[in-house]
Amino acid sequence: MDTAYLSTHPEEAGKESGRPLVSIRRVSKQFANGTIAVRDVDLDLGTGEFVSLLGPSGCGKSTLLRMVAGLGSPSSGTIAWPGTGENKAGRDLGFVFQDPTLMPWANALANVMLPLTLKHVPRREAEERAAEMLALVGLKGFEKSYPRELSGGMKMRVSIARALVMRPKILLMDEPFAALDEITRHRLNDDLLNLWWRERFTAVFVTHSVFESVYLSQRIVVMAARPGRVMADLDVSAPYPRDELFRTSAEYAHLCRLASGKLKEAIGA
Amino acid sequence: MSSSSPATAVPHDGTDAEARPLAAAEPTILGLPVSFWPRILAPIVVGILVLGLWEFAVRWNEVPSYVLPGPLLVGQTLIADWGTLSASLWITLRITFMALAAAVIVGVALAVLFTQSKWLEMALLPYAVILQVTPIVAIAPLIIIWAGDINLSLLICAWIVAFFPILSNTILGLNSADHNLINFFQLHGATRWQTLRYLKLPAALPYFLAGLKISGGLALIGAVVAEFVAGTGGSESGLAYRILEAGYQLKIPRVFAALLMISLSGIAIFLATSLLSHLLLRRWHESALKREN
Repeated sequence: MDTAYLSTHPEEAGKESGRPLVSIRRVSKQFANGTIAVRDVDLDLGTGEFVSLLGPSGCGKSTLLRMVAGLGSPSSGTIAWPGTGENKAGRDLGFVFQDPTLMPWANALANVMLPLTLKHVPRREAEERAAEMLALVGLKGFEKSYPRELSGGMKMRVSIARALVMRPKILLMDEPFAALDEITRHRLNDDLLNLWWRERFTAVFVTHSVFESVYLSQRIVVMAARPGRVMADLDVSAPYPRDELFRTSAEYAHLCRLASGKLKEAIGA
Repeated sequence: MSSSSPATAVPHDGTDAEARPLAAAEPTILGLPVSFWPRILAPIVVGILVLGLWEFAVRWNEVPSYVLPGPLLVGQTLIADWGTLSASLWITLRITFMALAAAVIVGVALAVLFTQSKWLEMALLPYAVILQVTPIVAIAPLIIIWAGDINLSLLICAWIVAFFPILSNTILGLNSADHNLINFFQLHGATRWQTLRYLKLPAALPYFLAGLKISGGLALIGAVVAEFVAGTGGSESGLAYRILEAGYQLKIPRVFAALLMISLSGIAIFLATSLLSHLLLRRWHESALKREN
């Protein structure tokens, strides 16, 4: 993958404008069975930011992410998009599920083309853009492969390519690498960071792994369960690009300890 | 795994593609893998043994041919009466295929309608079930009276028997699309039609094909049963009538020859629908995949 990084960092663009991309205000979600999944969450997501939502299972991080995507609305509170001037992200949104969620009857190219097909983009153009995106996630030459012919990591790459093919402003990821082995996960983490750097989207990454969240993000929002709520909002100031060196640094260890502590508090509380 | 799949030429591009196992080629005889041959040969050997025993038993005990003809006599009759029998077979098969086509069209159309509207499903599905559970022999005489035209009534009878598996399987298939994929379609503002075309119909395909396999055989049974009930004579009659006619005349070898033709037709229909299913699903569906373990 390309290692020539852009000189201006996406985070700076976001912080200069001063206006968040997504503004979550006092959002609560109660399910029909009475469970309160999320309670009184206040959160701003800045343009170009890489934010992790870290928490134990049942803390409502996935529910929150799905509400930001527009899959299900809050029981109370508002989710606004001041940056887009709309109250929905619409086509400017990419979503990656915990499973690759590919169409098994379609090859990799057709899977990535799906969002373009749904928006009636002409076939030729859609194919070109999808092939370009596949190359960007490291799957050049696998256009005609069916999902069952691909490994778990490769399927996840296709899923990411599909989410990014519309060049969305924001990429929402719901524990995308949880089911992958350690080595594949590290590689995908690196490639995701590279993509984020190049494409300058806002990234929201739901995870229950402290290490993953510290490695990837500029900001970690720690959530607690029952009811789901925000416990802490940590800044990860380490510079990008991050690589294996960062993973073995004292700074990384320190940040992991900090995040772990907050997570323990969240579980204990 | 097919030879065109990239598994045979894995590039060293840093993806975890490199970890995938290469498929080892199996030796073949006459273009078929060695492990495939027992599946063909075993039933053939059993068949020859049983036919030989049958022929032997008939000759040894001097069973008269109007009680049980030997397989050789059945074969001879089949060749001698081929003209009449094949004309009748063609008539029966025509009804069968028309009924199957109607079952596919009505079954899929109703399944799509039902998944678009829960109300429609609630209102109409019980009647489809009633059609399915009522014995066709019992209502065939009514249908023959109502329809007037004999061919039309045969078609309706065969259709009633054949359409339910397609309907119920396709409904199941349309409802079994991955929930997250449905969410993904929602996120990208897909219309109802787009969700149907790009997601629900492809997801329903394996289920529909399983229904088609069952319905193919049922359409033939439906056609034969209806012919038995209708009992039409003359040159325009199907195989079932030939069986009735030959039975009355105690031409039992001819009964067996006609039965053989019906069985072979049923097997051919099953093989054809299985092949269709394999061709459509082999690239992606679990049911059509070969596994090493």
